[in-house]
Amino acid sequence: MTPQHKAWWLFGGIAALLAVASIISKVLGVRAKSESGRAVIANLNARVNAWWVMVAVLAVAFTLGKVATLVLFGFASFFALREFITLTPTRRSDYWPLILSFYVLVPAQYALIGYDQYGTFAIFIPVYAFLLLPAIATFGADTEQFLERTAKIQWGIMIAVYCVSYAPALLLLKIPGYEGSNALLLFYLIFIVQLSDVLQYVFGKLFGKTKLAPHVSPSKTVEGLVGGGLSTTAIGGAMWWITPFTWQQSLLMSFIIVVMGVLGGLTLSAVKRSLGAKDWGVMIEGHGGMLDRLDSVSFAAPIFFHLTRYFFV
Amino acid sequence: MRPSSEILVGIVKLLVGAYPRWIGCKPDAVQRLYFANHSSHIDTLAIWSALPIPLRKHTHPVAASDYWGSGFRRYIATKALRAVLIDRVRAHADDDPLAPLIEVLTRGESLIIFPECTRGKQPIPATFKSGLYHLAAQFPQVQLIPVYLENLHRSMPKGAVMPVPMTCTVRFGFPLVLGDGEAKDSFLTRAREEVIKLAGAITAS
Repeated sequence: MTPQHKAWWLFGGIAALLAVASIISKVLGVRAKSESGRAVIANLNARVNAWWVMVAVLAVAFTLGKVATLVLFGFASFFALREFITLTPTRRSDYWPLILSFYVLVPAQYALIGYDQYGTFAIFIPVYAFLLLPAIATFGADTEQFLERTAKIQWGIMIAVYCVSYAPALLLLKIPGYEGSNALLLFYLIFIVQLSDVLQYVFGKLFGKTKLAPHVSPSKTVEGLVGGGLSTTAIGGAMWWITPFTWQQSLLMSFIIVVMGVLGGLTLSAVKRSLGAKDWGVMIEGHGGMLDRLDSVSFAAPIFFHLTRYFFV
Repeated sequence: MRPSSEILVGIVKLLVGAYPRWIGCKPDAVQRLYFANHSSHIDTLAIWSALPIPLRKHTHPVAASDYWGSGFRRYIATKALRAVLIDRVRAHADDDPLAPLIEVLTRGESLIIFPECTRGKQPIPATFKSGLYHLAAQFPQVQLIPVYLENLHRSMPKGAVMPVPMTCTVRFGFPLVLGDGEAKDSFLTRAREEVIKLAGAITAS
């Protein structure tokens, strides 16, 4: 099978899964009696519908190729950063650092991937941006909470731009014997991360009793985490045929992706709550904001990228 | 809708979201006078983008001709937004600055106005000028809708050349009614308080 054939099978399979999910949520909607039950099902419906849109957008970008994929992730970073900055208390003197972050940093980071500049891509934000942006902020001559403001903006860029950009950066890895198939590796990462979120939600709703971290992320349960995490790892192992890994390696990689995704979800939930919000935004009906979908990706992508690069390139 | 207007709305939504929150009224096609806090140059664009297309067709923002009156801005104001341009400085003492607004309301169309006249530095609006009162008294059948623009003062502070992308909500409040024989000052204070109330309103999604 060529990579294109595999991609068609994968997106076809996801469409079939979503069709089943749509039917189940419609049936549950008819059967729901209580007020709270109806609210849960209405949210489930919205989530499934949003998934159709997200999968369609991803499928189009994958079909169009590398540039379209980079543009898509560039916009995802842009919106994620927009949500982060909206919740962050910034001041008048942060204006220029913020303008540069949105209009220069975001496009530059993705352009570096597009032009195969791995070396610069990896240090552009942590070295150049993190030193120059606070330096520019000093021209605002405003030392009120300077360190706090700088740290918050830095964290926003780190998560929303730097970490998220590691996902499409998988396209620039040169893996022997895997040439021309890198888009499948990106698909693998996104699929495992999102499937893990979905299955944790499903297991949590069906069997969830024990709260995992009630103060940080009230909806997460131990049962959801274990059930969702293990089943995702197993499915990930079974997906070895689209990766450069053996099935054992694929199992281990999936496990690491799941663990990092959980840590990302928890950490960003804590950040979000410390900024006084429940959801990052309202962009994606039923899910919340862009960052509510990308939180686990932002933690899983850099680790998955570097492990793959270290052991397989 | 004109393409120029569609492109403009697309850019505004990309940069500042402009998500509508219909808290005290629904997006109905009735004649209205929307009055909002004024904190940035994109306020007009944000309210315009938050309105559904059928309402946009019959709604005209009011813009100051000293800022929007020439060049590319004039093109945006008059062609894309179909704004009503007014003079903040009167050329002759006996000119009625409200005349172009009265003309639009007489035609049965809706207006967006900023009763503070000038952009404030604070999220909370300054005192309202009397134009709102005169229009309310002259057109009792027009619904007066308070509007609060959240975050735009942060996105585009005074002196900014372009907006910092930020999610901004446009909150539409409960219709305000001018009382029988209500004094100008008490009405304007009430109108301003309605806008301030929306600043604290919990965003109902």
